[in-house]
Order: sequence, then C-alpha cells, then structure tokens
Amino acid sequence: MPDSLPFAPQFASVRHRDETAELGMWVFIATEVLLFGGLILSYFVYRHADPRAFMAASRHTDVLIGTANTAILLTSSFFVACAVEAFSVRARTASRALLIGAIVLGLSFVVLKGFEYADEYREHLIPGINFSFDGPLADGVQLFFVFYFVATLLHTLHMLIGIGLLTIFAVRIRNAEESRTRAALHSAALYWHFVDVVWIFLFALIYLPGKSS
Amino acid sequence: MNEDNYLNAGFTLRSWLLTTDHKRIAILYFASLIFFFFIGGAAATAIRIELATPQADLVSSDMYNRLFTMHGIVMVWFFLIPSVPNTLGNFIVPLMIGARDLAFPRLNLLSWYLFMLGGCVTLFAIAAGGVDTGWTFYAPFSTLYSNSHVVAAVLGIFIAGFSSILTGLNFIVTIHRLRAPGLTWYRLPLFLWSLYATSVILVLATPILAITLVLIAVERVFGVGIFDPKISGDPLLFQHLFWFYSHPAVYIMILPGMGVVNELISCFSRKEVFGYKFVAWASLAIAAVGFLVWGHHMFVSGQSVVASLVFSFMSFIVAVPSAIKVFNWTATLHKGSIRFDAPMLYALAFIGLFTIGGLTGLFLACLAYDVHATDTYFVVAHFHYIMVGGMVTAYFGGLHYWWPKITGRLYSEAWARAAAILIFFGFNLTFFPQFILGAEGMPRRYHVYAPEFQVWNVLSSAGASVLAVAYLLPLFYLGYSLFFGARASANPWDAPGLEWQTPSPPPEYNFEVQPVVTRAPYQYSKNFKAEPQNA
Repeated sequence: MPDSLPFAPQFASVRHRDETAELGMWVFIATEVLLFGGLILSYFVYRHADPRAFMAASRHTDVLIGTANTAILLTSSFFVACAVEAFSVRARTASRALLIGAIVLGLSFVVLKGFEYADEYREHLIPGINFSFDGPLADGVQLFFVFYFVATLLHTLHMLIGIGLLTIFAVRIRNAEESRTRAALHSAALYWHFVDVVWIFLFALIYLPGKSS
Repeated sequence: MNEDNYLNAGFTLRSWLLTTDHKRIAILYFASLIFFFFIGGAAATAIRIELATPQADLVSSDMYNRLFTMHGIVMVWFFLIPSVPNTLGNFIVPLMIGARDLAFPRLNLLSWYLFMLGGCVTLFAIAAGGVDTGWTFYAPFSTLYSNSHVVAAVLGIFIAGFSSILTGLNFIVTIHRLRAPGLTWYRLPLFLWSLYATSVILVLATPILAITLVLIAVERVFGVGIFDPKISGDPLLFQHLFWFYSHPAVYIMILPGMGVVNELISCFSRKEVFGYKFVAWASLAIAAVGFLVWGHHMFVSGQSVVASLVFSFMSFIVAVPSAIKVFNWTATLHKGSIRFDAPMLYALAFIGLFTIGGLTGLFLACLAYDVHATDTYFVVAHFHYIMVGGMVTAYFGGLHYWWPKITGRLYSEAWARAAAILIFFGFNLTFFPQFILGAEGMPRRYHVYAPEFQVWNVLSSAGASVLAVAYLLPLFYLGYSLFFGARASANPWDAPGLEWQTPSPPPEYNFEVQPVVTRAPYQYSKNFKAEPQNA
C-alpha cells in the first residue's frame, strides 16, 4: 500500500519528492517577482513623471539605516547559504548556529526598520496618517512615500515569514529526517535569498536618488 | 462499477473537508462553483428583466450599477477563472498523466479554502450593499468617489487570487515532474498543454492584480491619491496594471476550454487531432502573446497613438494561434467517424461560437472601429461569445464527457442532447442581438435606453430566459444520474487517454499499478477502435 512508503504516493522516490518541492519554490518565486515587479514599475512611472520630487523625497530617507540594513541582510543570506552547506555535510550543530545567526540578523533588520518608521512619523512623512510637506513638490513627495511604505511593509512581511521559517528549522534541525530537511532547507534558503534580492532593488530605489546632488 | 473507489473512501464530513485527494477537492470545487454560477446568473437575470423595457421599472440606476458589477465579479473570479482548471483540471490532470495525485495535495486543499474565504468576503461585500464600480474598479472612481463596499470586494478577490496562483503552481510542477514513464511532452494530451499555458498565466499575471488591488485598498483606506490626478497620480497607470492582469485573464478563461474541446473532437471523430504540435504550441503562443495586448482595452483612454498601434497589431497577432486551433479542429473532423453524443454537440457549439467571438474580436482590435464600438453592446456581445459561448460551453462539454469517470454513472443522453441544443439556441438568441445593438450605438452599463433599441433587447431577454432554463436542465438530469443513473464502465466512450484505463470512479490512488505510456495520444485503429496510451 502507498501508505507504508516514506514519501507521499504521487512520488516515485524520496529524491523525486525533494526535487519536485524545489521546483515548486522556484515557481512561487516567479509569482513573487511579478508581485514586487508591479509595484516597482509603478514607482518608475511616477519617478519618471516627477524626478525632482522623488529626489527631494529620497533625501528625507535615512541612508545610514538603509545601508546598515543592506549589510545586515547580505550577511544573513551568507549565513543561510552556509547553513545549507553545513547541513549537507551533516554538521547539524553548525548549521543550527548559522540559522540562529541569520534569524538574529533578520530580527535586527526589522527592529532598525521600526526605528526608521518612527523617525518618519516624527517628521510627518507618513501619507494618510500625518503627512505634511512644504513646497511645490509635496504631491510627488507624498507619492514617493506611499510607494516607500507599501514596498517596505510588503518586504518586511516577507522578512517575518522568512524569520518564522528559519525558526522552525532551527528548532527542528537536530532530529529532522535527512533528505527531506535538506530539500526543505534549500527551498527556504531560496526564499530568503529572494527576499534579500528584493531589498537590494528597494535600497537603490529608496535611498540613493538625489543623494549625489 | 468499481466498489473500492475514492467516493467510498470515507463518508464523514471531515473526510471531505480535510481531504487531500485531488478528486475530492475537484468535487468541492464543483459544488462551490455551481453555487457561484447561480449567484452570478441571478444578477444576469435581473439585468435582462430590467432591460426588457426602455425605461427603468425594476431597479434604480444605482442598484443597476451594483447588479452588473456583482455579475461581473462573481462570474469572472468565482466561476470562469476556476471553472475548468479547478474542477475538471483538478480531477483529470493526475489521471491523464498517470500520477496518483497532484504534486502538492495539501496546497491544493489550501487553494480551495482560500477560494472559499475570498468568496465569502465577496459575498459579504454583496450582502452589505454591493459595489458600483464595475468589475474593472477603475480609479479614481473606485478609490475616492464610490460609496460602496469596494475594499471588501477587493479583499475577496485578492484572497481568491492566491487560490489561483497555488493551483497554477501545482499544475506547472505536476506536469513537469509527475508524468508517467514514457509520457514525453509530445505525448501529453492537448488538455494538459492548454492547462500548462493557463497555469503560466495564473502564476505570472495574478500577482500583478494582487498588488494593484493592494494599491486600490491603500488609496481608499488612507485617502492618499495613488491614482488621483489631483495630486499628480495617474489613473491610466491603474488601467495599465489592471489590464496587464485582466487581458491575460481572458486567456485563463478560454485556454482550458480549448483544451477540453481537443479531447472531445478527437474522441467523437475517432481520429487523432490534426497538427498536434501546432495546437500544443498555439496554447503557449496564446499565453505569451496574450501578455502583450492589454492596451487594446485602452484605445480611447488617451494613451499614446503609437502604443495603440502596437497593441492593435499585437491583438491581430494573437488571433493567429487561436485560428490555428479552429482550423485544426475542423481538419480533425474531416473524414472522421463522427458521433453526435452530447459532449460532441457542446464541442461543435464551442467551435462556432468561439469563431464568432474571435472574429468580432478582430473588429475591436481595429483602432478605427474600436473607437466607435468602445463601451457599446458590441463589446459585451463579443466577450460573452468567448466566455459564455466558448468557456461555459466547453465546461459543460467536459463535464458531460468526464461525468461517467467522475461519478461512475451514466446520464440520460436524450436530455443531455436537448440541453446542449437549447443552450446553443438560447445563447445565440441572447447575445447575437447585442452585436446589432452595439453596432447601432447602444452603450453598455445603462439601465435605460432609447426606445428604438427595444426590439433587440426584448429578443435578448427572451433568449436569456431560454438560456436560464437550458442551464438549469443539467442540474436535474445530472442530479438524477448521480443517484439513479446506470453504472458506467471504465471507458464508456472508448477513448485512448490514461484516465479511461482505470476504473470509474477511480480508486483512491487512481491506478493500481503505475501505467507506462507507449504511444502518442489520440490513436485509433483503422476500424475506429481506441488504442490506449499505455497498451
């Protein structure tokens, strides 16, 4: 009976199951690319329409926190990549430590983001809540901040899901079944790297315009 | 009748609501879609009653706006998009490729729950008073001015969108990874090629709708004008984003129907589908080019003339693969041993209605004519010929064709043929007059109209009542068959596909032994006997 097999009945082998799972993650990432893609496209349309306002708005973002967060995320991705490698050579304790490192970095990203939002609240930069900006560029600046908040909140939501996933692995990794966990960890790492790549785009679009002039 | 089948595997509510069996999830979808089909149909009925006379007599103009919006939203997102993929597709895909389930059965169940959650939120929006923006949610009306339940409706569609994405993801991975030994891509039945193309659109277009709806909700809830020209927002951007999803979504609503028709035409002509590879690649070509034609919904929006020219040209291009399919189906009929069973009647109706819908689509792709036809009943008639005449007809055809496999019962052939013929006549009587109305200039989305349009409107409303009866008929004779129908054999149509080589209804894990595929699909011997794919 199919029930007695160590994998679900639609698969022919453990390997078949694990490779299938990974393809699922790639297709999911394709969906995510379009989700953020639509947002980034809208950003470009408005930036193209009013570049001066977007530069003025960008000067009000905190490039220091943004840069720190970029470094934090890149490092966390490095940790996750190492955790995958460590697990595949059966160094489970090392893998677990690396995952915990990545979780801590991910959480510090979220905390720093919170500080940044608090600053923006104090500076009256949150559209729909307390936005006020003097001068003729106010409309364009408000549009910039709408996209800033939608994009970064959506990204932070992805971060929280990723942190949750890594936490599950960190808790279970010691006694988990070898092949399945390797495949699942690999998929989770793909997701984490994807969220990281999104941030690299957001970083360039949010913090860098107008900084050189 | 196979006594050890998926229907007998458990009788508790729990065994249905927590099932991961693709066949049971398909049944859950069937039941939900019947419900939504009749909700959307009720709105259509009210619209046609109102339009029987030129003046307003049944509903106010505000109520009328809510009616056609509800009709559009429910029919598009809660019937047409999930219709063939989530019911027939869910049931048949694993059987056709010789697998025991989809790649991700739990994701499949989650997809149904998301669909139901989205459906409930949308029903709440309707019950609370409805939405008056049209199914297109054009900004800034939807975001700043409409006094209706836009946010709830948008949220419902947003949630249902993830159900679409998960189903598309599941199909893509399943078709890539779970094909039976020997089942190469060019041995796949064409139903699978068209569902694959559909899934690619589901996965790549739906997230754009999701983010667009998020922006609509943000603008409405926080009062920040993302698409409001007053603060330098761009309403055209909304239209671009919306149609970047919604035009490909039109192909989500027709490609699966085309896939069903391949199976029917081949089986009831006892012949291989003519030009298999062309039909297969035409599906992917439609999916790909379908992403590049969205601007033809915006010819009068004020977008640049150059953009309109390019979109017009691309819209003509996308007709080519569609025409390839129609020609190849016709060529398949040539010298076949044609049987006019009920599914075949639906398939033949599909070819005729889809052709009319497709050719009038070319009228609308012409810049010069479209300027006159925009927002008239010509457009309404055109897309109903595709979506109702095409997709709903194919859905009914597929439902009848696979009914013995799904339920293990036969239905009354005479009643089924009568319903198919009645649907064909009712449909044409409903929608052909709308071409004339549109050509004469009657605008859509108004509940009062000039008296000279009344004759055609009365004809259309009369057709709608025929259509309503015709759509209700299957409910009775298929319902009867479910309990009292004669037992079906494993392969009542003598078809060669893998799904027919296992008992009806199929056992819980579909196949007792893993089938091995040895030949191309749609093979028939000289005396028109099916040659099973795995023999």
